Amino acid sequence: MAGSQRVYKARIKSTQSLKKIFRAMELIAASRIGKARDRVTDSTPYTRAITRAVSAVATHASVRHPLTTERDDTNEVAILVVAADRGMAGAYSASVIREAERLATHLESQGKSVRFYVSGRRAVSYFAFRGRDVAAQWTGGSDAPTTEQAEAIATTLLEAFRAPADQGGVAELHVVYTQFVNMVTQNPRVIRLLPLEVVEDVVPAEEGEILPVYDFAPSADAVLDALLPRYVRTRIYNCLLQSAASELAARQRAMHTATENAEDLIRTYTRLANQARQADITQEISEIVSGADALAAS
Amino acid sequence: MAELDVDLVAADRTVWSGKARLVVAPAADGEVGVMAGHTPLLSVLKPGTIRIRLAEGGSVEADVDGGFISVDSNTVTAVVDGVVVRDVAAAGPAGSARH
Repeated sequence: MAGSQRVYKARIKSTQSLKKIFRAMELIAASRIGKARDRVTDSTPYTRAITRAVSAVATHASVRHPLTTERDDTNEVAILVVAADRGMAGAYSASVIREAERLATHLESQGKSVRFYVSGRRAVSYFAFRGRDVAAQWTGGSDAPTTEQAEAIATTLLEAFRAPADQGGVAELHVVYTQFVNMVTQNPRVIRLLPLEVVEDVVPAEEGEILPVYDFAPSADAVLDALLPRYVRTRIYNCLLQSAASELAARQRAMHTATENAEDLIRTYTRLANQARQADITQEISEIVSGADALAAS
Repeated sequence: MAELDVDLVAADRTVWSGKARLVVAPAADGEVGVMAGHTPLLSVLKPGTIRIRLAEGGSVEADVDGGFISVDSNTVTAVVDGVVVRDVAAAGPAGSARH
């Protein structure tokens, strides 16, 4: 019986050290999430400026650009999956991947062939484990994405979209990421990034407001040429930032639950250990008493 | 004299914002100077230096790798790629550079 006491003690100890790890991870996620949200806020002026410029061009010149035209020369489509580098974030990566799989099934049912572009080690290992091909992958820094990273992703994807059909061109680009609503709610979302739908971003003129007639230098087309890739890059950067904030929020929540579960386990094991000790004592007493009885009887 | 509201933004932050009298930027067809009342303009920027003459005197210069500038109802927004801001000491309270 002394054995089971020792087993419980060992379990309590290991659960306690796990609890410390969970608690630390929770605190780290909590401290980083503020910064991640600030980064989302910091990038809004740029996004707003770009969006306004794109709508200015769209209202004054016909937006006919390779990036806005539908391609029908290939049925290859690209999906960019934005997941986490590390686990311990609850269902965060799993739900993004599930959403991506659903999108892939949907696209394949329309007779398209899907090519995956993957960001985040968790998603990379998901595809590697299933032996599925990934066109390109990016890992590292999923909880604090940089503009360089967004640029690398955007460059690869824009190249794929611009490439001719026989050189691995894709007709569409979908992005699966996690939208950060607030600390409690993060939704996996799918957006179709390419070909661009500029129309939805055009800010309608307010009542009585006359939109100014812009001078474009060197020309509207050249401005559009410079704007649209930037626009795509910003959108991807924004997806990465939102995903990062979502990842941290998911991790904080998951680790909070894990800490509570560890506390529950410790309580249960302490009860069991006390019970085992009590049983040991009872047995010892009954052995002594019965031994004395046997001696007295003889 | 009327002033311009100037915002200098990079992808991840607002680099500089404040009031200015004159903004000189390396536009696609050569340097362009913008003062209050300028006609709306949307131009691609070449690598070069954006010079901002402040409303209260002093000036700010920013070396940029590229981007574009938009001018609309006395608001100048320069969207830039790589940027290094100089003369920050004279930038006034609104000036900020984290590079």
